[in-house]
Amino acid sequence: MEPLQSSGCSCTKEATVGQAVIEKNVQWGKIILLGLLSFGLWLVIYNNLEPFSSYITYSFFEINRGSQLGGAIQFFLYDTPKVMMLLTLIVFVIGVIRSFFTQERTRQYLAGKRETAGNVMAALLGIVTPFCSCSAVPLFLGFVQAGIPLGVTFSFLIAAPMVNEIALVLLYGLLGWKVAALYLSTGLLIAMIAGWVIGRLKLEPWIEDWVREMRAGEALVLERKLSWSDRIDQGKDAVLDIVGKVWIYMVAGIAVGAFIHGYVPEDFMAQIMGKDAWWSVPAAVVVGIPMYSNAAGIVPVVEALLCKGAALGTVLAFMMSVIALSLPEMIILRKVLKPKLIAVFVLVVGCGIVFTGYLFNAIV
Amino acid sequence: MEIKVCGPGCASCEKTQKAVEAAVAAKGVQATIVKVKDFQEIAQLGVFSTPAVVIDGQVKCVGRVPKQSEIETWIS
Repeated sequence: MEPLQSSGCSCTKEATVGQAVIEKNVQWGKIILLGLLSFGLWLVIYNNLEPFSSYITYSFFEINRGSQLGGAIQFFLYDTPKVMMLLTLIVFVIGVIRSFFTQERTRQYLAGKRETAGNVMAALLGIVTPFCSCSAVPLFLGFVQAGIPLGVTFSFLIAAPMVNEIALVLLYGLLGWKVAALYLSTGLLIAMIAGWVIGRLKLEPWIEDWVREMRAGEALVLERKLSWSDRIDQGKDAVLDIVGKVWIYMVAGIAVGAFIHGYVPEDFMAQIMGKDAWWSVPAAVVVGIPMYSNAAGIVPVVEALLCKGAALGTVLAFMMSVIALSLPEMIILRKVLKPKLIAVFVLVVGCGIVFTGYLFNAIV
Repeated sequence: MEIKVCGPGCASCEKTQKAVEAAVAAKGVQATIVKVKDFQEIAQLGVFSTPAVVIDGQVKCVGRVPKQSEIETWIS
């Protein structure tokens, strides 16, 4: 809040305003300079990780090149810092982007939309709106209250966990941008189409009765004015929060990946998860649905499986079903949805994932 | 003063609860802190994203964990 100013001499007032502008510019300069410097440093370290990990493994520890142990250790020493650095960068950027979006604003955007356009927008907003599975129920109630169609709501609820920034980053870092792009686009498509299908099925009667009869309070929108330094702070908070939470899973995931990398024979996975095993895609999805792991732990395992001859579509289908559909989320959604609707939700999304799996196996 | 912390009890809700307790202790104000976990009750307050803080019926923040310093300005 601005302090009340006594009506003093206008020239001093102008001077203070001028000074404020200069101070603001200086602050901006500092932010940009610091940003560029740290990004430059980040790039230098990132680009030298591979030679460094080789040096430590083969020269410092003197492990034989080409040995199983060497392969596993070098994989671990290279991938752990690489993935952590990528994760820190992306979580920070996403944290800043998310400061522009709130669930309230997303609800307002979607409130007036018709079904098809609504499905598309809901899936896209699902990526950038801050969301955790425990706020799924209040969010659902808010969407119902705002008159947003059920199918559009589901497009959001599917995209929000499925298109996960951590998974995206790891796929990019470990498997390249093509796989990351495929994951992003098919994740969005599944959310849009599955939501649209659920909308067509007219399943509103399968929402719990109390939700439909609910007389909720007026939904309020609290707008906060955020400065850029607030947004940068939010990015930093996101890094501390997310990286602090997932690093242990990530390291464990990479360790498992390193083991598979070094010790599991090259074609071991080809028989069970290869292209020729037609049943492997649905089997991977069925196994993945009740499992709940965050993306951080699952992606390094995915990479290792791929290296050992598992087919991309099968592995991606497994990963998607693990992160998009989970038992804890279903249990929490049970409070607002009847079991039949949850079953349809799982079935429609599961079919979408199976289809994607086959598609990838066919084209890659 | 009555402070309601809305949320089903996930990690962010617990953080919010702690921040509220710390703010009340720091300011030394008389306040009862109530956890609201029932979704229907939360919706009736006009809150559709958690965690949220409601002070004497007035919603102060929704969908994020407020900082302790922020909460102190609400209760003093």
